[in-house]
Amino acid sequence: MIPTAFDYLAPSTVDDAVRVLADAGEDAKVIAGGQSLVPVLRMRLAAPTTLVDLGRIAELRGIRDDGDALVIGAMTTHHDVRRDPLVATHTALLRAATDTVADPQVRHRGTFGGALAHADPAGDLLAPALALEAEMVVCGMDGRRAVAARDFFVDYFTTALRPDEILVEVRVPKHTGWGAHYEKFSRVAQAWSIVAVAAAVQAEDGVITQARVGLTNMSSVPVRAHAVEDALVGRPATVESIRAAAELAAEGTRPAGDGNADVAYRQHLARVLTTRALVTAVGA
Amino acid sequence: MTATVEPEVGRARTRKEDARLITGRTRWTDNITLPGLLHLVFVRSPAAHAKITAIDTDEARRMPGVIAVFTGRDLADVQGSLPCAWPITPDMKAPPAPPLAVDQVNFAGEAVAVVVARSRAEAVDAVAAIDIDYDDLPVVLDLAAAAADSDLVHPDLGTNRSATWVFDSADAGTGGDVAAAIADAEVLIERTYRQQRLIPAFMEPRSVVVDPTGEQLTMWSATQVPHILRLMLALTTGTPEHKIRVIAPDVGGGFGGKLQVTPEEVLAMVIAQRLGKPVKWTETRSESLVSAHHGRDQIQKLTLAARRDGTVTGLKVELLADMGAYLRLVTPGVPILGAFMFNAIYKFPAYHFSCTNVFTTKTPTDAYRGAGRPEATFAIERLMDELAAELGRDPIEVRAQNWIRHDEFPFTTVCGLEYDTGNYEAATARAKELFDYDGLRAEQRERRERGDVVQLGIGTSTFTEMCGLAPSRVLGSLSYGAGGWEHAAIRMLPSGKVEVVTGSSAHGQGHETAWSQIVADQLGVPFEDIEVLHGDTQSSPKGLDTYGSRSLTVGAMAVLKAGEKVIAKARRVAAHQLECAEGDLEFAGGRFTVRGTEKSTGITDVALAVFAAHDLPDGVEPSLDSEATFDPENFSFPHGTHLCAVEVDTETGFVKIRKYACVDDVGTVVNPLIVDGQVHGGLAQGLAQALYEEAVHDESGTLTTGTLADYLVPSAVDLPHFDTDRTVTPSTTNQLGAKGVGEAGTIASTPAVVNAVVDAVRHLGVTDVPMPCTPMRVWAAINHRSADSGLGTEAGGGLGSLDTSGGAV
Amino acid sequence: MRITVTVDGTTYTDEVEPRQLLVYYLRETLGKTGTVVGCDTSNCGACTIHLDGHSVKSCSVLAVQADGAEVTTIEGLARDGELHPVQRAFHDNHALQCGFCTPGMIMQTLDLLADDPDPDEHAVRHGLEGNLCRCTGYQNIVRAVRDAADRMRPGAGPAAERLADDSRQMVGGE
Repeated sequence: MIPTAFDYLAPSTVDDAVRVLADAGEDAKVIAGGQSLVPVLRMRLAAPTTLVDLGRIAELRGIRDDGDALVIGAMTTHHDVRRDPLVATHTALLRAATDTVADPQVRHRGTFGGALAHADPAGDLLAPALALEAEMVVCGMDGRRAVAARDFFVDYFTTALRPDEILVEVRVPKHTGWGAHYEKFSRVAQAWSIVAVAAAVQAEDGVITQARVGLTNMSSVPVRAHAVEDALVGRPATVESIRAAAELAAEGTRPAGDGNADVAYRQHLARVLTTRALVTAVGA
Repeated sequence: MTATVEPEVGRARTRKEDARLITGRTRWTDNITLPGLLHLVFVRSPAAHAKITAIDTDEARRMPGVIAVFTGRDLADVQGSLPCAWPITPDMKAPPAPPLAVDQVNFAGEAVAVVVARSRAEAVDAVAAIDIDYDDLPVVLDLAAAAADSDLVHPDLGTNRSATWVFDSADAGTGGDVAAAIADAEVLIERTYRQQRLIPAFMEPRSVVVDPTGEQLTMWSATQVPHILRLMLALTTGTPEHKIRVIAPDVGGGFGGKLQVTPEEVLAMVIAQRLGKPVKWTETRSESLVSAHHGRDQIQKLTLAARRDGTVTGLKVELLADMGAYLRLVTPGVPILGAFMFNAIYKFPAYHFSCTNVFTTKTPTDAYRGAGRPEATFAIERLMDELAAELGRDPIEVRAQNWIRHDEFPFTTVCGLEYDTGNYEAATARAKELFDYDGLRAEQRERRERGDVVQLGIGTSTFTEMCGLAPSRVLGSLSYGAGGWEHAAIRMLPSGKVEVVTGSSAHGQGHETAWSQIVADQLGVPFEDIEVLHGDTQSSPKGLDTYGSRSLTVGAMAVLKAGEKVIAKARRVAAHQLECAEGDLEFAGGRFTVRGTEKSTGITDVALAVFAAHDLPDGVEPSLDSEATFDPENFSFPHGTHLCAVEVDTETGFVKIRKYACVDDVGTVVNPLIVDGQVHGGLAQGLAQALYEEAVHDESGTLTTGTLADYLVPSAVDLPHFDTDRTVTPSTTNQLGAKGVGEAGTIASTPAVVNAVVDAVRHLGVTDVPMPCTPMRVWAAINHRSADSGLGTEAGGGLGSLDTSGGAV
Repeated sequence: MRITVTVDGTTYTDEVEPRQLLVYYLRETLGKTGTVVGCDTSNCGACTIHLDGHSVKSCSVLAVQADGAEVTTIEGLARDGELHPVQRAFHDNHALQCGFCTPGMIMQTLDLLADDPDPDEHAVRHGLEGNLCRCTGYQNIVRAVRDAADRMRPGAGPAAERLADDSRQMVGGE
């Protein structure tokens, strides 16, 4: 109900943020929108000594067109991502997934970068980032580096971010003209995804030319369904070929089991929801 | 009594209560602050069953802002044992229930120590510094295993079985012998159903403020039962009753969950007294979910005997009911409240009920909306659908064959209860129309023939309940520790305004509005001129509070009786003023008129004259104020027909409610707006039991649904629009003709939904889906696999997957 | 830390602990007890307020994060003793029983209507998915929101329009 006491720093530039984070030591924690972190602090599941708030860093907000990719500032809120015409045009999958994140109030505060850095495998933006082959631009004392989404998510709530690094922006390659859908399955609207499937498909003349499928909550990290993607390429964009390919959706996944879904059920859902996501994405 | 131009009773009045609630001018207990207020935070056991071997509070005591730390041992001599007011049998076994555990903890979440500090934050910090050693005892979690006494929760009792309560219609002389009926049955339906454990989850977390500095100690508490609480505090702590004042200010919902005398209330009082300072405790949501009492949790073994023509011939009910670790205020009696309701609206000639109450190492259970009756209604309404399926007949038709016809009322049931009025045919006919029953059945057939992925199911529930708790004599015969009357008083103010004092203690129901409507009609004064006082033992000194759908049928009846006395007193004064005989006066629209003349006086004029007291008849005291107590002769029996259509996604198991229609007969309606609201809210909770909510414990006895991220209270997205209507057959057990509505929706709806789910997939070989009907359970049922096998040890993602089992809050 | 926050039109400067949640700052420091706390996981939405024109859950914002910001609570809606049309609609449609969730529901309704002035039932339910109510089954809340939309529609009358304009500004229209 009340967090443990901590020092609070609100730097106004990325460079300052990195420096104060390094100075604060390993018990420091970065707060972005705080929509996952503040409840965690309240329940004292984490007890950082210092909180570094990125909320005052203007350069971390906003979305820009950068040729073959969109660059989304880490502190751009879900609300702003949803409203952005560039996102809708070039990364429709991200738009669709962001629509399903939490609720309106949380979307007003919660940020794209914060959600990725929190790395909750049930979070709805990880699988789209993975499927769209997003690149995380992170900054630390040694400067900036880019980390591919597939390398960024390491384990439950764990990323490739080093203790002195912050996520600055995310480069999402444009998938202009691709069909996209995020198929989310949860018990109630407020609940986290039991399983969800992010699908983006490019088709020409009724034939699938490229496909990207990411799975939410099918492992400790988001999972790319490569087998499904491979099986789709060159196939007609029909329900039958999608259904056949989606049979491979659970291959290589290692989902957890819990009271809402055991392992077999999650794998079954992955297949069913992959079919549905792809069918909607291609408009079959 | 309907004398004003437009009667208030029956009118859709918007509520008086709203003005403060929609503007934030509220008086929740947690809003109250006092000079020098100290804050309590509890240390709760992470272990479900353990000996407390050591508690080290030294460091906590030295922390900033900390005034005191108490353990159970520190308070053992003053804290007493929490009361249980319902010893259902003379030999019922009840363990001591110390508010703060002394030597042993018996459920995870039980309070073991309390920190008192100048701020809540400092108290929480100190809680983290308290070190407690536990010596684990075997946990007792499974109800059937607990009943078999494999491990004991309370070894001193020698058993986990608290009591067994039996009713048998042959023994009682109210019906035949069930064993014979079963032996002779042409059709036997034998089923075992599970009522999962639920959590009331009122929106306002509980809160207590105690000010010990006055001559009377004052407690503000988020409670449904200020009057019961006051008495029980006196009996538990030894502080004389007249030295205690209890106030229930604005209370944010209860649903039975605040029908309790809590450890925290007793401890806040004892600690405030010891320190001589005001104290406050407000719980967190996670604290509430683990430590406020839970509801339901039964295993129901059921046998229904019938003839091949569909006539029911006998019903046998054997229950195991989970008490949790202790017997709280009315814990043992909750399942017994269902004892006379399994036979429901049907003419069973023979009936047997037995219930064994069992201890486990879980949070204590107690009242939750419907208390005992939802369990009964679920069981019988599921069985009636199963009987219809067995016979290959329409479920409504089988019900109609067995229910009490409208021309058979009053009807004495196999339990010996007399149902006063009802019309099941009318409610059902209207519900079928509202629902488009035939149209949906046609669509169901069409989807089945087509082999659609999404199958449609239709569920029926034709329910009744006994409410208006309750006739004191009946409660006495059930060994309940108190009566069931209610008290009211009416004060006629000299300026013509009226104060209505009620022992009912509203926490969202709208009594201020409904009571004002009733009194406005009765006394002929404007609705706006009436103030309803409640929830403070100083202003409303007598009462038995609000639960069991009793406020209108008992509480408002007391108001009406007090009003009759006011009118009688005023009549005598009016006759004196108008120089006529009392018998010559007619009273209507707030005026006494001399029959056949224009001569009249208003009751408010009389009130002013009485205040002046210049010219009163001899022997008349200068007051019209009156009080009354009402004790009903009988329960009331609302009924209704609820129809639910669900769409089941056979690939995922997901259940979506397609349509919900219900027609309730709650007797005379005082305010249709409020009645509809009660039905909607009741339906939401009943649906939530069917589909969403379940308190789950892991193998160590930790509640894994300990936050609102895991305990799935449905949002607006998850619930459908409800099509509601009413039939009205006034009750004859009270003058208002009212039957009670608070619990109807909850009681009726759960089986309607589950029947619909099963109906959607019965052709796939499914005969039951355990509650809540989660997607995985529905999918498992369709695929004939066990739903709860193969669980990994890791949780999936989400906030709920973070470890929330710590001792501290 | 010293923060300056404007709440319901009044500017306050206070010293707060960094760990203090905005909702406790409002309740305990400023006495704005109309905003309540119903959970600790941000599920219930009872604490919903507007922060710089957008609805947020004030239990998931630190008071220090609100430094320099403008906050509107349920207590800042009525103007000159006149209820906001959303408040009136909640009253007229019996959209509350115990009233504990009501401040959050009303504040979220304002946000929802600023976003979508004429929401259908589906949009209303989704717009309120972050707010739990245990009493009403949501039916009358949905009705009230749609009624409020009608009242705030241009041409609905001078009083409603004035308040509607105010509320649009307050939630920083989009």
